[in-house]
Amino acid sequence: MEKLEVKNLNHHFGFTEILRDINFTLNKGQVLSVVGPSGGGKTTLLHLCAGLLDVEEGSATNTFVSSSFAFQDARLLPWKNVIDNIALGLLAAGEKKRVAIEKSKKIALEFGLEEDDFDKFPKDLSGGMRQRVSFARALVVKPSLLFLDEPFSALDIGLKKELQSILIEMISKKEISILFITHDLMEAIRLSDEILLLKADPGHIVKKFSYDLAQNQRDDEYVYAQSAKILQDKEIITTFELEIK
Amino acid sequence: MKFTLKILKDFPAYLWSGWGAIASILLFIALWDMGNQIYGNLVLPSPLETFQTLIAMLGDESVIAEIKTTLYRASIGFGISLVVGTTFGLLAGFFATASMMSRPIVTILVGMPPIAWIVLAMIWFGMGDETVIFTVIVASFPIIFVGSLQGTRTLDGDLKEMARSFKLPWHMKFFDVYFPHIFSYVFPAWVSGLGMAWKIVVMAELLATSDGIGASLAVARSQLDTPTALALVVIMISSLMFVEYIILEPIKREVELWRS
Ligand SMILES: Nc1ncnc2c1ncn2[C@@H]1O[C@H](COP(=O)(O)OP(=O)(O)O)[C@@H](O)[C@H]1O
Ligand SMILES: [Mg+2]
Repeated sequence: MEKLEVKNLNHHFGFTEILRDINFTLNKGQVLSVVGPSGGGKTTLLHLCAGLLDVEEGSATNTFVSSSFAFQDARLLPWKNVIDNIALGLLAAGEKKRVAIEKSKKIALEFGLEEDDFDKFPKDLSGGMRQRVSFARALVVKPSLLFLDEPFSALDIGLKKELQSILIEMISKKEISILFITHDLMEAIRLSDEILLLKADPGHIVKKFSYDLAQNQRDDEYVYAQSAKILQDKEIITTFELEIK
Repeated sequence: MKFTLKILKDFPAYLWSGWGAIASILLFIALWDMGNQIYGNLVLPSPLETFQTLIAMLGDESVIAEIKTTLYRASIGFGISLVVGTTFGLLAGFFATASMMSRPIVTILVGMPPIAWIVLAMIWFGMGDETVIFTVIVASFPIIFVGSLQGTRTLDGDLKEMARSFKLPWHMKFFDVYFPHIFSYVFPAWVSGLGMAWKIVVMAELLATSDGIGASLAVARSQLDTPTALALVVIMISSLMFVEYIILEPIKREVELWRS
């Protein structure tokens, strides 16, 4: 069984304690969200899980066969056009150039990019288009585990919904597992099987919430109702209060 | 290959955009002719006389031999600077300590007037090829080194992280992530280094050798042969302009299309 298991994880930057005693398990086909205020150490936790930072204390064991990362910002290579950017992960995984280009074109169209855009460099794309490309690059490799670091936070509401519904479709087909980082509770409720609440200074998990209804059954009403419910939780109030002040 | 084709394809359009440059050259020649009418042939020969001398010189095998000598020295010196400067710049850029250690050396190399190098080189190597080549190297090396160092030091950490998240193999990391960025710094440095090499080679020859364009310039001076001196200057400038505008600039444009 593929899974990501985090045990007794602590992390410091210099003398500052960033994360304290983080424990959770993400099983195959699951969507696990970590929500919390900015600066709480969410990105750090994700980087530790994805192997972009070295684990110092505790462990983060990832047995998923493949994974990919969608960053908070698009992080496209400015000297590569849309298709070559998307194909990057495929080529890195050893895919043939011709096949990689073919797959990239296909997914680009699915993600609402147009043929005219294929040869454009990132400088000629709007912010939303760049984020689509970044998303396509992460998903075209068909990762078993997807790391998402607030990839929707800079997007307008339409595009946000669009990308989320692509994910929800994949989740419903059990094609993908996701470790999802966000400070947006509604977003987390729409997509997750389980939500971990990360409180800052140092980042530690104070509460878990579980949602059993299948993601493709969750309508706006369900999301609003659950959000309203969760917003009355004492831990949520104290955790996010810091941000409002 | 794709690049070469594209460069060739865009070349006519690029040439067309050169009309402004040609107009300004013609204006310059007109002013030059005015200067000739005011100051006379000895001080400033007319453009016509200069170009006639130039054509006669280009038909003369001994002159061609001098040009070849200069070309040889400049290419060897510049070639060494290019390879060594780029390599060391990359290395220094990848290691923080090396880049800190290299800073004062670069300051010395850049700050030292070329004429001082020529004098030292004459003492060390005598009068000949080595002196000229050495001077060309020390003058163009720091420019290329600094370009390469800065290209490496300014690599985007976020992109490196992205490359790591996709587990790019080393050759993809180098060719797809590092190289295009570094090249956009190194290439302009090569162009300036080349300009520097070409200027310095003539200066060093003038002082330290008995052959090459620089030495011919010295002879023309001693014989007060202004048309020949000017013709030599025209050779130097036009060859540099040819390399820069006809060869390097079109390449640079294609390579940097992605820049905003
Ligand atoms: N590379 C680093 N070196 C030192 N401190 C860092 C580094 N990265 C993040 N931090 C600090 O760690 C804390 C948590 O940051 P981060 O994980 O980005 O939080 P979040 O993603 O929840 O906003 C912040 O206070 C930030 O300043
Ligand atoms: Mg973050």
